[in-house]
Amino acid sequence: MEDVKPQLVKVTIDGIEVEVEPGTTILQAARKIGPAVAPPAMCYYQPLKGSGGKCRACLVRVAAGSAKDPRPMPKLVASCLTAVQDGMVVENETNPQVIDARNGIVEFLLLNHPLDCPVCDQAGECDLQNFAFDHGKVTTRYEEDRRTFEKQDIGPYIQLHMTRCILCYRCVFTADQITNKRVHGVLGRGDASEIGTYIEKAIDNDFSGNVIDVCPVGALTDKTYRFKNRVWFTKPVDAHRDCPTCSGKVTLWYRGEDVIRVTARKNEWNEVEEFICNTCRFDKKKTSDWTIEGPTKVSRSSVISANKYRADTIKPSFGQRLAAAEYKPIHDERDTSQLDIQQLPPERFAKVLPSAMEPEP
Amino acid sequence: MAIKILTEHINVPGIESFDVYRKQGGYTAVEKAIKTMTPDAIVEEVKKAGVRGRGGAGFPMGMKWSFLAKPEGVPRYLVCNADESEPGTFKDHYLMKNIPHLLIEGMIISSFALGANKSFIYVRGELMYVIHILEKAIAEAKAKGFLGKNILGSGYDLELVVQPGGGAYICGEETALLESLEGKRGNPRNKPPFPAVKGLYQSPTVVNNVESIATTAWIVNNGGDAYAAVGIGRSTGTKLISASGHINKPGVYEIELGVPVEDFIYADEWCGGIRTGHKFKALVAGGSSVPILPANLALTLANGEKRLMSYESLSDGGFATGTMLGSGGFIVFDETSCIVRNTWNFSRFYHHESCGQCSPCREGTGWMEKVLHRIEYGHGHQQDIDLLVDVSKKIEGNTICPLGDAAAWPVASAIRHFRDEFQWHIDHPSEATQPGAVYKGEMALV
Amino acid sequence: MTTETNNSAVEFTPDRLEKANEIIARYPEGKQKSALLPLLHLLQEQEGWTSPEGMDYVARMLDIQPIEVYEVATFYTMYHINPVGKHVIEYCRTGPCCLMGGEEVYSHLKQRLGIETGQTTVDGQFTLKEVECLAACGMGPVFQVREKYYMHLTNERVDEIIDELSK
Ligand SMILES: Cc1cc2nc3c(=O)[nH]c(=O)nc-3n(C[C@H](O)[C@H](O)[C@H](O)COP(=O)(O)O)c2cc1C
Ligand code: SF4
Ligand code: SF4
Ligand code: FES
Ligand code: FES
Repeated sequence: MEDVKPQLVKVTIDGIEVEVEPGTTILQAARKIGPAVAPPAMCYYQPLKGSGGKCRACLVRVAAGSAKDPRPMPKLVASCLTAVQDGMVVENETNPQVIDARNGIVEFLLLNHPLDCPVCDQAGECDLQNFAFDHGKVTTRYEEDRRTFEKQDIGPYIQLHMTRCILCYRCVFTADQITNKRVHGVLGRGDASEIGTYIEKAIDNDFSGNVIDVCPVGALTDKTYRFKNRVWFTKPVDAHRDCPTCSGKVTLWYRGEDVIRVTARKNEWNEVEEFICNTCRFDKKKTSDWTIEGPTKVSRSSVISANKYRADTIKPSFGQRLAAAEYKPIHDERDTSQLDIQQLPPERFAKVLPSAMEPEP
Repeated sequence: MAIKILTEHINVPGIESFDVYRKQGGYTAVEKAIKTMTPDAIVEEVKKAGVRGRGGAGFPMGMKWSFLAKPEGVPRYLVCNADESEPGTFKDHYLMKNIPHLLIEGMIISSFALGANKSFIYVRGELMYVIHILEKAIAEAKAKGFLGKNILGSGYDLELVVQPGGGAYICGEETALLESLEGKRGNPRNKPPFPAVKGLYQSPTVVNNVESIATTAWIVNNGGDAYAAVGIGRSTGTKLISASGHINKPGVYEIELGVPVEDFIYADEWCGGIRTGHKFKALVAGGSSVPILPANLALTLANGEKRLMSYESLSDGGFATGTMLGSGGFIVFDETSCIVRNTWNFSRFYHHESCGQCSPCREGTGWMEKVLHRIEYGHGHQQDIDLLVDVSKKIEGNTICPLGDAAAWPVASAIRHFRDEFQWHIDHPSEATQPGAVYKGEMALV
Repeated sequence: MTTETNNSAVEFTPDRLEKANEIIARYPEGKQKSALLPLLHLLQEQEGWTSPEGMDYVARMLDIQPIEVYEVATFYTMYHINPVGKHVIEYCRTGPCCLMGGEEVYSHLKQRLGIETGQTTVDGQFTLKEVECLAACGMGPVFQVREKYYMHLTNERVDEIIDELSK
């Protein structure tokens, strides 16, 4: 029994020790500890092979490489791709250099971003909004023209708003890995790169709609949902149907009695659990099409989740974070990663909400 | 007479042909290597020679070779980096065009040493005419039994493929080069894994610069120790320097490492001095990516000793007062040059050449270019200089590949050493934007 | 809404087809995508530019998706993704050439041709492009027309070259 278990390796992240299987990345090890120490990830997407390494949002400092070779790594490393070693010591939110680098990444990602959140369908469940909220500055130092693109329909269901794209390549990996024919890709080079089809083409196959779910921002949106609603007015419900093409396990988004959107189910890191087909996503919008399972455990990045507004996950000052990190191993009750947000009574939200409004120290 | 390891026969008429090259002693190294040496023995000689990668990073070639993974039943590849696109560098172009067989000979020796049966020379696409020269040389060598099946009856097979690039500086970065060679966009890979483990087609691969590979013929003929006896300290051997800018004799020179920078600039044998009637203002010693130095620091170290053309001496003082040998792109600026304009020009280059994969480089290079453009054209703000320093810091070290650093260093170093000149542009925009206007304030001209 | 390109429009001439097959055979089994950059050069040599039809033809030849070809052709600056004039002048605009008077000579060239960067003369003879360092910095200023390098440029030399090419 004992010997079939892989030897676990011990890693310390922001002062918290965790044991993981060899080959685990720093990011996954940190996620195992919980949202408070998990580095932000704008391009890495666990279900997609080859993703990660591009946005540099997840940079961390390795203060000690391993027990065998405890030298620090010379540069910050992308935690989504760097495998842990036994005895590795990682600094995430506790390192000012990391915080500073992430500050820079937010600024870079926002340089050419239109900041049109008020009219963006992704608002409220956008990874970039969350990342900017956690790590950004209030002002911008950029005063040149922003890059702009016309919005573009790629097929009857999907609209591309390239101006918002952060070039995470997730949609490209998705098309490569779960559809039989990729017709869109990254064109051009440098900051003139864009997602596109080159020659006007419809992205048209059974699984193409999944690119909407993987997009961290509002660059790829569901045309059947666009501008119908704001995500915080909707009620997500898990449901399934007997689908010949995919697992048929979805989340239905209700406004009142109407299903206004169908998406794949996502885990707490906002990653799709099982990709769904276009029929489920775009054509089955009646409650009678589905067997309802119950309210969805809301994704961490959704504004519907009160998680974002809990006092203990709100962006504290660096010093507070440090204290929190050192405080945690003894006081387990601070670990909120296991809490099922849905179970909390609504009064609880109301009570902690005001603290989110407190100004930054 | 200074020793010439690569260019001794380069001016012999007809040296680009097999027969003339052979008459000058060409291909004897291939004969010696394949008939009398084991692959490991060649690796050993290259290690002893201490030759450091001539593509820019200066990593010891023998050590790189010994890292090559050798799993059973998996092909290994040697890829020659002939993408030469670093501004100020034109030595590989010169070497391949004039004496193509030297590279072919080096490729055969190196491939044999590494156990590669198919090797590639990735040449920047703009040098299509050089590709034809190389292909002709390969056909000649093949006809004489030095390439193809069963080379010199030894049972060793080797095919050489010359691959054109498509116009992208980033494909000089070794993993971008491999992606490009696989028919993809030149997006550098995240490392690890390194090419020595997973390179071309996911097989173990060594990537070396043209000049590095070309040295192996001499090393095999004369021994690693003889090579190591040339040069200075850990900067062994000779180096091809591409000299350009405001000097009397621009061109490619093979120098023994350790020559004083001053001699290299002023001796008739080499650059022949600063353009007649002008003064020496600044130097970029190793291609556009390396930090720029003002004339006084280019010639002397902080301790007053002469600065030498070697890896160690050029980097003496770190980035505070030193620079790097890099690829040997030696760009000389006289007092008529505007450092702000040149910094903007280099910055535009990196902006244009960023692959766009990672956010600091994709967005940061464009931002720096725009701010520099603003300053150069008389619209700079007081906070712009600090902004540039901060943006360069936020790029440096945070990117997938070193292009981010290469874009950050020229900006950071120009501000470090010529800050007054930037300030002058901001304070006196109408003066600074006059045609041909150059900052005339205090600086160390030589 | 799909605008498919006309698949039969472009084909290599027999000698280019032979060359193309020879190129494809250079790479290990299953790695024929490696032939993409050389084949795009071949296409451009024949057609003058990498037309969508031509790229689709190359995609079929290598058994890859057309988007894989478009991604590559738009990444590398040597491929003309729009039609160009008979002679494309690729002028080096990088630092070392500028030190040798590259910017002044470039102004002259633009004036002489009466066009700006990226434009084509009305007679369709010349297209002007700015490129980065061509690895000939010691011989600057430099421009390239197809495979040929023109070096040590001066205003007079530029006039001569344009006269020569206009014939
Ligand atoms: C942006 C960038 C451009 C590069 N360009 C070249 C180049 O044009 N030629 C070259 O030989 N090496 C170039 N290099 C260095 C290569 O990545 C690699 O280190 C080198 O080819 C290894 O060969 P060497 O060890 O023989 O120098 C470049 C590196 C970077 C980061
Ligand atoms: S469209 Fe969305 S998923 Fe695709 S690269 Fe852009 S941000 Fe990423
Ligand atoms: S640093 Fe620049 S060139 Fe290198 S991978 Fe990132 S974006 Fe591409
Ligand atoms: S999530 Fe690691 S680099 Fe983007
Ligand atoms: S700068 Fe023009 S060729 Fe190098």
